[in-house]
Amino acid sequence: MMPFDLVIVGAGPAGLRAAVEAAAGGLSVMLVDEGREPGGQIYRGSESGAFAGTAKLGPDYAAGAVLAAAFRASGVQALFGATVIQIEREADGSFCVSVATGHDKAVVIRAKVVIAATGAQERPFPIDGWTLPGVMTAGAAQTMLKADGVVPDGPVVLAGTGPLLYLLAAQYAALGVAIDTLLDTAAPGNWRRALRHVPGFLASRYAFKGLGLLCKALAATRIIRGVEAVAAIGDTRLSAVAYRKGATERTIPAHVLLLHHGVVPQINLTWSAGAQHRWNAARLAFEPVRDASGQTDVPGLFIAGDSGGIGGAQAAEAEGALAAFGVLRMLRGTAGDDDRTERQWRRRLAVSLRGRAFLDALYAPRQSHLSPPDDVIVCRCEEVTAGDIRKAVRRGAMGPNQVKAFTRAGMGPCQSRMCGLTTVAIIAAETGQSPSDIGHMRLRAPVKPVTVAQIASLSDTGERSAVD
Amino acid sequence: MFRRLVEPAGHVTVTIDGRPFSVAAGETLSTAMLLAGFAGLRRSARLGRERGPFCGMGVCFDCLVTIDGAANRQACLVRVRDGMAVQTGTRLAALADTVPE
Amino acid sequence: MSPAPERPGNDCDVAVIGGGVVGLSLAYGLAKTGLTVTILDEGDVAHRASRGNFGLVWVQGKGLDNPDYASWSLASARAWPVFADEIEAATETPLSYEQRGGLMASLTEQDLDARCNDLRRLHNRGRDCADFERLDAGGMKRLLPAIGPDVVGGTFCPHDGHVNALRLFNALHAAAASLGAIYRPNATVEAINCRLDGFSITGAAGEIRAGKVVLAAGLGNARLGPMVGIHAPVRPQRGQILVTEKLAHFLDYPLGTIRQTDEGGVMIGDSKEEVGFDNGTRHDVLAGIAANAIRIFPLLAQAQVVRSWGALRVMTPDGYPIYDRSVTHPGAYLVTCHSGVTLAAVHASHVAGMIASGDWLPDLTPFAAGRFADVPPPG
Ligand SMILES: Cc1cc2nc3c(=O)[nH]c(=O)nc-3n(C[C@H](O)[C@H](O)[C@H](O)COP(=O)(O)OP(=O)(O)OC[C@H]3O[C@@H](n4cnc5c(N)ncnc54)[C@H](O)[C@@H]3O)c2cc1C
Ligand SMILES: Cc1cc2nc3c(=O)[nH]c(=O)nc-3n(C[C@H](O)[C@H](O)[C@H](O)COP(=O)(O)OP(=O)(O)OC[C@H]3O[C@@H](n4cnc5c(N)ncnc54)[C@H](O)[C@@H]3O)c2cc1C
Repeated sequence: MMPFDLVIVGAGPAGLRAAVEAAAGGLSVMLVDEGREPGGQIYRGSESGAFAGTAKLGPDYAAGAVLAAAFRASGVQALFGATVIQIEREADGSFCVSVATGHDKAVVIRAKVVIAATGAQERPFPIDGWTLPGVMTAGAAQTMLKADGVVPDGPVVLAGTGPLLYLLAAQYAALGVAIDTLLDTAAPGNWRRALRHVPGFLASRYAFKGLGLLCKALAATRIIRGVEAVAAIGDTRLSAVAYRKGATERTIPAHVLLLHHGVVPQINLTWSAGAQHRWNAARLAFEPVRDASGQTDVPGLFIAGDSGGIGGAQAAEAEGALAAFGVLRMLRGTAGDDDRTERQWRRRLAVSLRGRAFLDALYAPRQSHLSPPDDVIVCRCEEVTAGDIRKAVRRGAMGPNQVKAFTRAGMGPCQSRMCGLTTVAIIAAETGQSPSDIGHMRLRAPVKPVTVAQIASLSDTGERSAVD
Repeated sequence: MFRRLVEPAGHVTVTIDGRPFSVAAGETLSTAMLLAGFAGLRRSARLGRERGPFCGMGVCFDCLVTIDGAANRQACLVRVRDGMAVQTGTRLAALADTVPE
Repeated sequence: MSPAPERPGNDCDVAVIGGGVVGLSLAYGLAKTGLTVTILDEGDVAHRASRGNFGLVWVQGKGLDNPDYASWSLASARAWPVFADEIEAATETPLSYEQRGGLMASLTEQDLDARCNDLRRLHNRGRDCADFERLDAGGMKRLLPAIGPDVVGGTFCPHDGHVNALRLFNALHAAAASLGAIYRPNATVEAINCRLDGFSITGAAGEIRAGKVVLAAGLGNARLGPMVGIHAPVRPQRGQILVTEKLAHFLDYPLGTIRQTDEGGVMIGDSKEEVGFDNGTRHDVLAGIAANAIRIFPLLAQAQVVRSWGALRVMTPDGYPIYDRSVTHPGAYLVTCHSGVTLAAVHASHVAGMIASGDWLPDLTPFAAGRFADVPPPG
């Protein structure tokens, strides 16, 4: 099989825009996404979801259909329902991209260059009882809304911090869905810390959108601010939510608890591919190190969109375009026929990143929620508690890899997506080291579980069936 | 626990733990199961505790169910198909049960 | 708490360099003799084979050309039950050590014949060597009902067993600490110098003064050995391992390349690759490992792999351990091997005892480093 010029991982705004621009520049492109259609997180379901073709989820959402149509028109080949499990750079500088393509099958796709646009995931919000059925993330609820038009029923509590929490509340409000309580867990001092970022924020599109959001959500919902020690209560499923505000502790009945703690880049794939990542202290997350086109220190591996650092959908789309131009320059010596377009995208990127610093500061999680009490489960897969991790640290495990060996935290199917950042936060709190010195636990391929049969089919003979 | 805002275009039948359910065609399996009243879908491997859908986007691996004999598949990444047979409650998958004939 | 060091000018009686299973087993054994022990280790990111091994306590096929190593491995397997009890009692950590025998599966008659000839040849050398039994396909099926039709037969060795490798690692830390041993992470050793009362060991953690020093730094021994006059040209040899989700119990015995852990996960490994210090994984190598596993246990095809990794074995030129004491730097010792789990029991008892007393028994003379005098240093 001839290698593709470019393999793109992820069909969110970043991956779709990269595909459109790269195809326009004449490259042979293969796009892979584990979802069922183009869109990614923000535009999920914009082709065939419950609200496709409507404005009910807001104008931002409606933009997804336009981008998806441009992608469909670009002629780029795509594999949906397919998960990239490993990216390896070969001695000749090209890439082997291992893709699980469905029951028992996997293929190796070869490419000269790879753009990873795998997006974000929600930051883990480990609280007492968060493993109970009935407790979900706000993102999960929003995905159910976009993909299936389904909303929670019975007493519903939203808890946490971050724009997405309020966005969901506003989307529910607009659709007439009742939320009982929104527990805002942002630290009270956040406003003060965010103040110096106000000018940037006022110049951003969030100012307008953000205030609109707050107003809608505020009007329809009981919001309790300055909340701490949120806990999910129930035997085999959620029945109530407990929290503390100041000196008072309260318990409210709930059938559904939706947690949110902001979003962070999905780094498993790029970390396992060998790209260097760095701690971003303002965003409390690890991010890949990239140049202006999104290229990492692994030559030919580019990263665009939220997987490179949270910037939102418009920034993601701009980064997708810029990465495509970077790839064109690398493979063709020119970034398409028109530098102006590239400059325009660069400007759009700068504009769309305005105001981010304000949001980061305003919605920063509390320390007590990042590094939870001893009896809270941190690693959901291996059922390892914060206390287990602290004990390992006291026994001399100064970093996440040794903690993992001592406790098994991070060894389950989610491969530390649900516990990695919490583990680092606990080690930081215990040892006084900064997360930047601690680092994340090593992330390896396959970045998602696949069957032994799928691994076996990664021998090079399986390659033929890659795209037919 | 959950309800539908939008009436589905059509229905298909899936079997969950041996019982038939009429669900919206093309719906996400985890959504269909929540609507059908299944909150817990499996048990955790070590402590045997109930677990249900959590992240909804394929990163947490808590919504694992057996689909047409294949154990531990993520219900949030799969759409329902007519005739799909789903099994809940697995703690440790028994391989012998899942080997295709 | 442990007593003060024998010599007041020292921080400890013995410094053990290396916090892998080898260093920890020795540290535990040394602390048991009443000595004060400090373990100096690197930090979180390090080549530490002890975090990536397969967990076999294995004698089958060990030392085919070296009866000394064969009987040394067997001695350790025999000492393991008592060792495991002792560590479990000291730490309340279940090691899930099992010694019901282990198997090797053959996919061709040729392979089976060759394996049996090797094992018989070793057995016939008359030393204290492991027993083994040849099994045909039916015999394999009786012990391993899930075995596939491609398996023509195999060998069974009653001394083989396995252990939860990470719990062993964790428990050895706890056991050594319970006897007063001090563990110092982020303490990479850069230099070892003789003093009147012993050694001055310097590096990332400053200076440590110790009466004796034990080099158990795995791959680091190649660099540290010459500092005490011991040439230990160890090199990395990569092994890749796949591990599945936790599954209902179906395997009663470990195989040399496939075993089910007490927690349910199935480990599948392991390759032998000469790739320097690259501890990554390769899709083609993993594909081969997976395909082979499916031939042996077809039902594994459906199991989900949750992780894979590469780890570096600590390999000497002839593949056998080095146990040595320094002539130029009396009080300095070096221990290295590529089966540190299997040999943990003898390391904690015999070898630690010899280092503590200074009486070097003849058991260890075949493993002196002098045999590599002509081998150039690695790298
Ligand atoms: C749950 C959730 C909901 C969000 N909702 C909103 C919202 O409503 N409004 C908003 O402004 N922002 C939202 N965001 C923020 C969102 O990340 C960005 O706005 C935007 O979607 C980023 O675009 P992207 O192209 O970088 O990534 P994404 O849109 O996240 O797209 C990444 C794509 O990569 C795919 N992928 C990931 N890993 C692999 C792999 N290994 N193999 C194959 N495919 C893979 C995913 O399936 C996904 O389709 C949300 C984020 C999350 C996590
Ligand atoms: C894939 C694989 C499978 C294996 N399977 C088995 C098995 O089934 N059974 C079995 O018995 N064995 C097995 N082994 C081997 C076993 O893991 C090793 O024998 C054992 O881990 C080696 O132990 P060690 O303590 O010497 O080395 P390591 O575990 O590598 O530890 C060396 C330690 O020394 C430290 N160090 C290095 N340099 C310095 C320095 N300058 N200063 C301070 N500290 C330093 C390192 O940080 C590290 O902590 C396997 C190994 C591999 C790689």
